[in-house]
Amino acid sequence: MFLKEYISDITGAVGSLLKGMRRTGYYFLHRGEAITQQYPDNRDHMGLPERFRGEVVMPHNEQNEHRCTGCTACELACPNGTIKVVTKFEVNAEGKRKKAVDRFIYHLELCTMCNLCIEACPTDAIKMAQHFEHSVYDRSQLTKILNRPESKLQDGVE
Amino acid sequence: MWSFAALADLIHEELNAQLDPSWVLAVEMILVGLSAIGLFALLGLVLVLMERKVSAFMQIRLGPNRVGPAGLLQTLADTLKLLVKEGITPNGVDRLMFNGAPFIAMIAAMLLLAPIAFARDFQIWDLNIGVLYVSAVSSLNVIAILMAGWSSNNKYSLLGAMRSGAQIVSYELSAGLSVLTIVVLAGSLQMSEIVASQADGWWVFKGHVPALLAFVIFLIAATAETNRAPFDLSEAESELTAGFHTEYSGMKFALFFLAEYINVFIVCAIGATLFLGGWMPLHIGHWAGFNQVMDWIPSSIWFFGKTFFLIFVIMWFRWTFPRLRIDQLLDLEWKYLLPIGMVNILLVTAVAILGWHF
Repeated sequence: MFLKEYISDITGAVGSLLKGMRRTGYYFLHRGEAITQQYPDNRDHMGLPERFRGEVVMPHNEQNEHRCTGCTACELACPNGTIKVVTKFEVNAEGKRKKAVDRFIYHLELCTMCNLCIEACPTDAIKMAQHFEHSVYDRSQLTKILNRPESKLQDGVE
Repeated sequence: MWSFAALADLIHEELNAQLDPSWVLAVEMILVGLSAIGLFALLGLVLVLMERKVSAFMQIRLGPNRVGPAGLLQTLADTLKLLVKEGITPNGVDRLMFNGAPFIAMIAAMLLLAPIAFARDFQIWDLNIGVLYVSAVSSLNVIAILMAGWSSNNKYSLLGAMRSGAQIVSYELSAGLSVLTIVVLAGSLQMSEIVASQADGWWVFKGHVPALLAFVIFLIAATAETNRAPFDLSEAESELTAGFHTEYSGMKFALFFLAEYINVFIVCAIGATLFLGGWMPLHIGHWAGFNQVMDWIPSSIWFFGKTFFLIFVIMWFRWTFPRLRIDQLLDLEWKYLLPIGMVNILLVTAVAILGWHF
């Protein structure tokens, strides 16, 4: 009984060791799977993962329209005060006063790329971009206003 | 077919014509020493680069690829850096032992080079107890490690050295037993005769199961004796910073580093000689044509090919398996490898006496 256990111990151990060696041997022979990015050299074709988060951006369409309603849900969701939404009141075509975004201030230097603002946004107005080369000589350059000048709310976004 | 033996004979005759015999011996010794040092330097460069590339490929990385074409000059640059670095001797150390230890490690590695047959008729010293010599001298290495660990006056160094001592003393046994199986089969302790006995097939094929088992045990014991992962407890980075060479810097560190790789080369060379036929080409029984084709490949290429194959296997171990705990390490030796080795040697004796091998 003891001997049986002893031998099954050994075969089990050898089996698991060989399994590990098969994995590393596979990687050794399949060098195309290397995950190293040779960064400054391959800037143009980097192949970043889909979920890589570089900074928060607000996409605009061709008519210079964004989808931000100025609801400040993102500002509330942000854990460290990265986003500050300054709102204004606009009078729309029907003569009603309506809240709109004046300046969407984004402090990149405070952002931890936690993605909570993007999840909080009810209208998908902001998203994460993959651009990550943010270094500048002055900290004030990292404070960005995401809505472009003269931009408007896209029609039909409530 | 060209061979090193012709070159060696030529030098010998030339020297004999010029000098009297005792001077010839002295000059030849110096030449052998210089070529050994040259081989060491070259091996250090090649093996470190190979280790880094193999580890990189196994971990889905690229490895060094900036210095020189495909990173081939990386180790040369590293060596240059180590050469010009300051060799610090800390205040609290035992100076003589601290500074002597790296040299003992190198000398122990260098002595082991003597009985290895690098090619047909090309051997520094073909002594008739080659295998015994190897197993005796290889344990000198532990003295260097203990010296370094003790004299460093550092708890990590001492712990690493003590672990290394326990480990090498333990694994010496299974390494010796697995080497003995081949001695039983070949009927000689002389390296050249062991190689000659494999002219019709290597022992790992000819000796059936016992030889194969001995080969596996030898590989495990060799990995342990050279203090390489998964048995690198003596320098376990995560627990002991660098173990016995924590306090060393510059060239003294480089000597330890080099000695490790030289030891790997030497145990693999011995493994190749005992189990894979040394410089003997792959011969299969009576296939005259096939054997002739194999003979056409130079014997030195066979030797280095086999040795580097074994080195690759040991590197493969290193970059696949996690490090063992000290109790697991000793369990493996005393509960598994040693009993199996003992049964194996009984088995191989029966095989040799009854003539079951080819």
